[in-house]
Amino acid sequence: MADKVLMKGNEAIAEAAIIAGCRHYFGYPITPQTEVAAYMAKKMPKIGGTFLQAESEIAAISMVYGVSSAGYRVMTSSSSPGISLKQEGISYLAGSDLPALIVNVQRGGPGLGGIQPSQSDYFQATKGGGHGDYHLIVLAPASVQEMAELTIKGFDLADKYRMPTMLLADGTMGQMMEPVSLDEYSDIKTFDKPWATNGTKMNREHNITNSLSLVPEELEQLNIARYERYKIVEENETMYEEYYMDDAEICIAAFGIAARVSLHAVEKARKEGIKVGMIRPITLWPFPSAPFKKAAPHLKHIMSVELSMGQMIEDVKLACECCCPVTLCNRVGGMIPDPLQVLERIKEVNKEVNG
Amino acid sequence: MTSQFLFSGFGGQGILFAGKFMSYKGMTDGKNVSWLPSYGPEMRGGTASCSVVVRDKPIGSPIVAFPDTLIAMNLPSLDKFEDSVQEGGTIFIDSTLVERKVKRDDVNVYYIPATKLANDNGMPTLANMIIVGKILKVRNEFNEESIKAALGKVVSAKHADLFDVNLKALQIGASYEG
Repeated sequence: MADKVLMKGNEAIAEAAIIAGCRHYFGYPITPQTEVAAYMAKKMPKIGGTFLQAESEIAAISMVYGVSSAGYRVMTSSSSPGISLKQEGISYLAGSDLPALIVNVQRGGPGLGGIQPSQSDYFQATKGGGHGDYHLIVLAPASVQEMAELTIKGFDLADKYRMPTMLLADGTMGQMMEPVSLDEYSDIKTFDKPWATNGTKMNREHNITNSLSLVPEELEQLNIARYERYKIVEENETMYEEYYMDDAEICIAAFGIAARVSLHAVEKARKEGIKVGMIRPITLWPFPSAPFKKAAPHLKHIMSVELSMGQMIEDVKLACECCCPVTLCNRVGGMIPDPLQVLERIKEVNKEVNG
Repeated sequence: MTSQFLFSGFGGQGILFAGKFMSYKGMTDGKNVSWLPSYGPEMRGGTASCSVVVRDKPIGSPIVAFPDTLIAMNLPSLDKFEDSVQEGGTIFIDSTLVERKVKRDDVNVYYIPATKLANDNGMPTLANMIIVGKILKVRNEFNEESIKAALGKVVSAKHADLFDVNLKALQIGASYEG
């Protein structure tokens, strides 16, 4: 068995990024993700990489744009208010078809909000926080091991589809420690980047990365082509996990820390004979609509457990096409539901649907 | 079997370190573990706490709202968390710093003058590990081999000289009867 070490989620992201070949990190400190920057500051100089604490979040994301244009793996990380500041650069990355990994360790909002965990940036991450028609691939880890795995996967997907990818975690996932094994990720994929602006060496035309396109006919075609690519991502890259769904009458929808809390509640409810299962989206965009659509006709109730006022629930409702009632179980502002609170709601729902 | 620990005290008492050691101890015993600190704008001298879950099966929630084992190393921690302990659970108290007794009669309580023992033994910063030693003893988990393995992981190479004194602190706690 590979040797496991205890790592904070934030540290696991940083170490996994380095394993994935990322040698350029730009950021600006903000709780609860500062350990990512601290880890990079310590490690990057030792391996010939770049760590740079930019003068602002906007500067950091713009530096990401530059390094990505040159064809290198690059990353930035922040927490909710900082991610809002980066939206201009994120839209430019999407508009220039540039790969990059953006990490959001979410905290309560809106505004400066608080510093405790939240999932209230779901809309911003999945529906386009910046301007224009675009998507990010959005990955939602639910363990420290997954923080590492999805970081590596995030770089691969970004390069493969030439689009920015977001790792959407939260304060709990960033701060908690769990055993992690990183040994098996020594074999890292590389992608040809013939589009990179890394010098013509006098034997090709200049490459240009640009999001400005003043001819409407051309900009329309660029948007259409980009959405063709998104369709391929939707077909090939959707990820989710199902728990106890075979005979489930009640289904919980939850991602990240909410899924951890919910699974605890599901296990307790199962012991009391309640037929409850869970679908955990791992990609939030593309959203795993298929398992919900498939299960919905056989379900009596779906409960979306979120650390928000109800954001993912909209995608759940769309996916199950009004086949079954969907309700929300939530805490916000940095509060996290206790498994017993979720269990109580499961029992209430069970009473309603089964009498 | 799921064990849910809540370590609490002042910042600077080694609360997070004690939790980290407990996590590594669980790991070396082949269990799943999670460690979650409270984080906030506190400064030195403020309150610190961390949740540690040790479980045979994969861990659901890493947040310990209702501990089966509470470690209270100062009075504010006992005041804050006493009521949250599960019925039949256990509370370990640094009785040098916490002068009152536990009010509940449905929990097991161990009063250990950990700060005094630490000072008397010339290890003033290791009251935390003295309490951990007592916990391991009470839980029948004082297995020197896995303790050493866990200590080896949690005491960094840079501070290898602190290994022996940590081990001694654990032994002092384990052998304290009172």
